[in-house]
Amino acid sequence: MVDFGGWDMPVEYSGILAEHEAVRTRVGLFDVSHMGEIEITGAHALALVQYVTCNDASKLAVGQAHYSGLMTPKGTFVDDLLVHKFSDTHYFLCVNASNQDRDYAHIVEHNKFGATVDNAGGRYAQIAIQGPRALELLQRLTETPLDTIKYYWFTRGNVEAVRCIIARTGYTGEDGFEIYFAPEFAEKLWDTLMDSGQDLGVMACGLGARNTLRLEAGMALYGHEIDETTTPWEANLGWICKVDKGDFLGRDVIVKQKASGITRILAGFQMESRLIARDGYTVLDGERAIGTVTSGGPAPFLKKNIGFAYVPPATNKPGTKIGIEVRSQTAPAKIVGVPFYKRAK
Amino acid sequence: MYPADFRYTKDHEWVQIAGSIGTIGITDYAQHALGDVVFVELPKVGAKVKEGDVLGTVESVKAVSEVFSPLSGEISEVNSDLSTAPEKINQDPHRSAWLAKIKIENASEASKLMDAKAYTEYVAEKEKEQTA
Repeated sequence: MVDFGGWDMPVEYSGILAEHEAVRTRVGLFDVSHMGEIEITGAHALALVQYVTCNDASKLAVGQAHYSGLMTPKGTFVDDLLVHKFSDTHYFLCVNASNQDRDYAHIVEHNKFGATVDNAGGRYAQIAIQGPRALELLQRLTETPLDTIKYYWFTRGNVEAVRCIIARTGYTGEDGFEIYFAPEFAEKLWDTLMDSGQDLGVMACGLGARNTLRLEAGMALYGHEIDETTTPWEANLGWICKVDKGDFLGRDVIVKQKASGITRILAGFQMESRLIARDGYTVLDGERAIGTVTSGGPAPFLKKNIGFAYVPPATNKPGTKIGIEVRSQTAPAKIVGVPFYKRAK
Repeated sequence: MYPADFRYTKDHEWVQIAGSIGTIGITDYAQHALGDVVFVELPKVGAKVKEGDVLGTVESVKAVSEVFSPLSGEISEVNSDLSTAPEKINQDPHRSAWLAKIKIENASEASKLMDAKAYTEYVAEKEKEQTA
C-alpha cells in the first residue's frame, strides 16, 4: 500500500504486467474512490463552470460529459477534470484526489455568480470497469441497457440494487465504465463485480497499471504532463480549450499565447534501445539539453519503452531523433505520434 | 526462504562466497518490492568495484533500483541471460538470476554483512514498518 493523497492504495494486486494485460484483452476493476467529486448547482451553475474551466460546457447535453481543465488566471492548470451535466442547474465534476480541496477552494474563490459549490468527495465511491469485456461484466449486474450509453455519456441506474451514476468513461484507452455510488456499498459492489467476472478473467488493478495504461493510451496525468506552469497549447490540449465560448479564467493569457506562439510542446517519444526513460530525465539534441521527460516507462502491451516530454515545437515531428540521458549515457529515441496505443473500434 | 550460506546487505543484495569468488544477486524481498522486472544493466567483466559501489541497475515497470556491490573486487563474470530474460529475477532471485561474480579483493569485508537469520529479522522489521 502507498499513501496517495491521504488514501491507502495498492500499487498492484497481482503484478502490473498481468493487470495491464487484463484490461487490454479482458476486463479489469479499479477502486478509484479516491477521486474527488465537486457538485455545482443553482440557476448560475453553468456560468460558474464556464468561468473556471476551459472547455465549453454550454455544448453539453443532459447526460453528457467532457474532459476539461480547471484554469488559473494565468491560463495554466489547477487540475484536469471530467464535467458531467446532470441538468441545466446541476453539474458534477470528477477531479484528482490530491487536488480536490484546492480545486474546491479555487472554484469557491471565483464564484462571483452565486452558484452553490459542494465538496462532495465523501459522498461518492467510484469503481472503474475497463476493458473489452467491461460491458459484458457490468451488464450482468444491471438492467440499464449499457450499449445505449455512448462514449462520454452517462445515465443513472441500479447496479445490484445500488443507485449509481453509470458513465461510459475511463482512463485506460479501452471501452469501459466508471460508476459512482454511496461509499457504504463499495465493498459489496467490488466483491460482486469480482465474483461475477471470474469466467471473463477479471482482475483487480492498482495504481501501477492505471499509470501504464493511461500512458500507453497517451493521456495526461496531473503533476506530470500538466500543472500550474503548463498551458493547454503547450500540453497539446488545445482541443479542450474553447477561447470563443466567452470569458473564462486565464482566457486573455491563452489567447495571447495562441498569437505569440509557444516555446515548448508536449511530445510522445519511443526509445530506440532497451534503455527506459523515466520521469525527470533530460531530453537531448546532440549534447544540448532541450527538454524534460514528464512520464516515461514501459508500454507493456506495445512492448516498447515510451514517454512524454516537453520539447521545442520544432522538434515535435514524428521521426525526429532525440536523445534521453539515462544514467549518464545518451539513449537514442524518436518522436512518435500520440496516442501510442489506440484500441480497434 | 533466505539461503543459510549467503551473506546479505541492508540494500537487499546477497553474496554467496566460494573460495575467492563471490556470486551476487538481489533478494526475494527486493524483487517483490520492485514488482515485474523488465530491464537489467550489468557491469562489465574486468571492472573493479569497491564495496558499496553501483554494480548495476534493475528496473521494474514502476521503478529503477541500483544494485550495490556487497564486496570489493573485480567482476569476473556476468549473467547475460538476464538481458533477454529479466523476469528471471522475479522467478528465481536466489539461484539462476544471479547478477555478477566478483573476484574478492578483501575477504574480511564479508564479516560486516548479515547472515540469513539477521537478514530475515531485518526484512521482517521492514515489512512491519510498511504495514504500520
